[in-house]
Amino acid sequence: MKRSWIVGTALVAVAAGLLSWGYATREQNSGVNINAVGSTALQPLVEAAGEDYANNHKGVFVNVQGGGTGTGLAQVQTGAVDLGNSDMFAEEKSGIDAKKLVDHKVAVVGIAPMINKQAGVDKLTKAQLTGIFTGKIKNWQEVGGKNLPIVIVNRVEGSGTRATFEKWELDGATSVDAQEQDSSGMARSVVSSTPGAVSYAAFAYLDKTITVPTLDGVTADKKNVQDGSWPIWSYEHIYTKGQPKPDVQAFLDSIMTKHIQSTLVPQLGYISIHDMKIQRDMNGHITPAK
Amino acid sequence: MNAKTVDKIATAVLYAIAGIVILILAALLGYILIQGVPHLSWHFLTAPASAFTAGGGIGIQLFNSLYLLLITMLLSFPIALGAGIYLNEYANPKSKITGIVRMTIEILSSLPSVVVGLFGFLLFVVQFKLGFSILSGAIALTFFNLPLLTRSIEDALATVPNLQREAGAALGLSRWETVGHIILPAALPSIVTGVVLSAGRVFGEAAALIYTAGQSAPALNFGDWNPFNVSSPLNIMRPAETLAVHIWKINSEGIMPDAAAVSAGASAVLIIVVLLFNFLARYLSSYLYKRLTSTK
Amino acid sequence: MDEIRESLLKKSKASRKDQFGRVISFSALALIIVVVISIFYFVASKGLATFFTDHVNLWSFLTGSEWSPSQVDAHGKPMVGAAPMIVGSFLVTLLAALIATPFAIGTAVFMTEISPKRGAKILGPVTELLVGIPSVVYGFIGLSVIVPFMRAVFGGSGFGILSGAMVLFVMILPTVTSMTVDTLRAVPRHYRESALALGATRWQMIYKVILRGATPGILTASVFGMARAFGEALAVQMVIGNAALMPHNLTSPASTLTSVLTQGIGNTVMGSIENNALWSLALILLLMSLVFNLAIRAIAKKGAM
Repeated sequence: MKRSWIVGTALVAVAAGLLSWGYATREQNSGVNINAVGSTALQPLVEAAGEDYANNHKGVFVNVQGGGTGTGLAQVQTGAVDLGNSDMFAEEKSGIDAKKLVDHKVAVVGIAPMINKQAGVDKLTKAQLTGIFTGKIKNWQEVGGKNLPIVIVNRVEGSGTRATFEKWELDGATSVDAQEQDSSGMARSVVSSTPGAVSYAAFAYLDKTITVPTLDGVTADKKNVQDGSWPIWSYEHIYTKGQPKPDVQAFLDSIMTKHIQSTLVPQLGYISIHDMKIQRDMNGHITPAK
Repeated sequence: MNAKTVDKIATAVLYAIAGIVILILAALLGYILIQGVPHLSWHFLTAPASAFTAGGGIGIQLFNSLYLLLITMLLSFPIALGAGIYLNEYANPKSKITGIVRMTIEILSSLPSVVVGLFGFLLFVVQFKLGFSILSGAIALTFFNLPLLTRSIEDALATVPNLQREAGAALGLSRWETVGHIILPAALPSIVTGVVLSAGRVFGEAAALIYTAGQSAPALNFGDWNPFNVSSPLNIMRPAETLAVHIWKINSEGIMPDAAAVSAGASAVLIIVVLLFNFLARYLSSYLYKRLTSTK
Repeated sequence: MDEIRESLLKKSKASRKDQFGRVISFSALALIIVVVISIFYFVASKGLATFFTDHVNLWSFLTGSEWSPSQVDAHGKPMVGAAPMIVGSFLVTLLAALIATPFAIGTAVFMTEISPKRGAKILGPVTELLVGIPSVVYGFIGLSVIVPFMRAVFGGSGFGILSGAMVLFVMILPTVTSMTVDTLRAVPRHYRESALALGATRWQMIYKVILRGATPGILTASVFGMARAFGEALAVQMVIGNAALMPHNLTSPASTLTSVLTQGIGNTVMGSIENNALWSLALILLLMSLVFNLAIRAIAKKGAM
């Protein structure tokens, strides 16, 4: 009994000693921590850019977390984090006071419909696609495919991809209630394995397991997004509360440099903001890029 | 039909049920291992993950999972042990209050882990400014783990016959001493099993961690073991993506070309680690049982 | 004389130790209770905001079948009808428990009464191991095995309540089985011996004595399974299809409270109606597990008598 007490006390003392020694000898960095939260789609880009930035700037740490667009905007609005990553304009999100936030558009993401291979459809008109998602067209036969019922796979309400798709493809109409998936990867694997399924995803997720139809004869690729002929795309935003602090501004600037925009951005499946020949505001007014 | 025939039929049915269950479980394990084991290599186990190129590993995530499990167990075991002892040894089993307390614990256990995670996010990450960190994650996991652990410790204590308590009391030991010297050693093997079972659940938990320990795994410096340094593996204030969260993330948003392979490999690693826990616990519990009760 | 008197009046060493133990262990318990209460308060304060801040009618929330929180209906009230999710959650949980409990009892009886050796060597470790498989992995196996199977057998997309129930069945089976084994082991040995001595066959002993004696424990095990099934999010979400529609059969896409909750929470803004409505779902989850617990308590009490 006695001996175990002594051993226990000694162990605690040693542990406390080690801890305080560690505390005394810790690295004294007057480091800058930049915290970003939000869109899971934008997370890998900011993360990779942050690593790149930290390598070139000693003592700066960029923490990037997902959590979703809503979380990102809410957290940056309360000032809990420095950067809020978002797939949509803050004005489009209810519960956010967009006037307090400053928008930094860092990239463009193209979104395309994807169809299960068995449907046998590789071209659609915009009206047909709208008809499919609003429930007017129920069989692939009606749009020149096989006799197979259409299975709609939506993204979750509130997701940036769905908001973009409904706004620019369905012209603001809401799609019919159907099954929902909460991530692009899941939506793709569901579409590839379910006969007759149709969904949509960012360009980065498109692969050979699904068919990407042309829309009114336009192919879903980067070039067509850049000149504005492919309509379904959106900006990726990083929001700050008010004008950013110099440290944060420096990091944002580094994302906009040619180095990041021409390497990381395309590698992650985004379109560089510098390559856009047009720009578009929230209401769809298109003007030539500056 | 006489009783003997019924007995034979029932035995056959039970054999069949056990057979089916073994078949399901074996198929499940086999599926995960066959899919995953071919992807395992030393490089895969130790290399850091890569966001969008092939050939990433799970080294940091694996370490994070183990470290987070350790911290969680350090936090939750003493609390669960105390609560279990109180419920089984001190509390009046007939009183209404004990019933209500038991029920609150059961409710906590049926709470969806995502709710626990969000609670942890709002309270610890945002309110207490702990940030996305191992500490926040460990506290959230402790909430998630406590009911199960308390329950299994309580059950383990309950299986110790009352004779032992009476013997302790007859020897003039206080209840506390009886618990410490007689009941706990006797219940230890089942307590260890309970701890391992809950460790398995903690190890595989993802939903509670997404918003607390975070989804990013910053590079670690494995030469620096000072827990107060930012890149030290032991730092409890750093964000830490665990293996289960990593599997969830690459399955849902991963754009690396070998996402399927990484997730299969990571799943297999998870299973293998839990397997190792089991063997260790079995060995440990029988060893402890022999030491503490001096039975053979 | 005084010394004796003093030692009689003073608390003995043992009693002080006892007091010490009581305080220590009680404070641990108190901590858990504080945690539960604070989570409860937190979920309730968020979840009730839908009704008090956004003035949604409780009845229309529980019975409405239109779930689209960002839109308003003809009366200007947000469309938050949680009935499809409530029905979905209940169906999935009950189906899973209905399938899992007999299997779990059968396996547990096999492990304790019929072949304890093989039970301890094979089934025991395997069930313990399976508890540790993360739900994400279950979900993916469900997606790659169960969903195509359902599609082949029943047609349609393969996503639906039945697929969800199958995945949950496999998920809760180890938990329910190992808990049932514990209760069966806790049935005193002399019950078995007396039954056999009276000339009962093994099955009669199992059926009439052991299972009777273990009924409350088995019910607890199955409730634990249900609780896990009810609160499970990631695995179900992958196979149920997540359509906020009233399920009209078991093989069409449906949704559960948890699947809608997990999917939506990151995409909504704290304090907005969309977010509050999701917390109301969490509150329902909480209250439902309360109801479950109460019901089982009543049954267990009856069984004990």
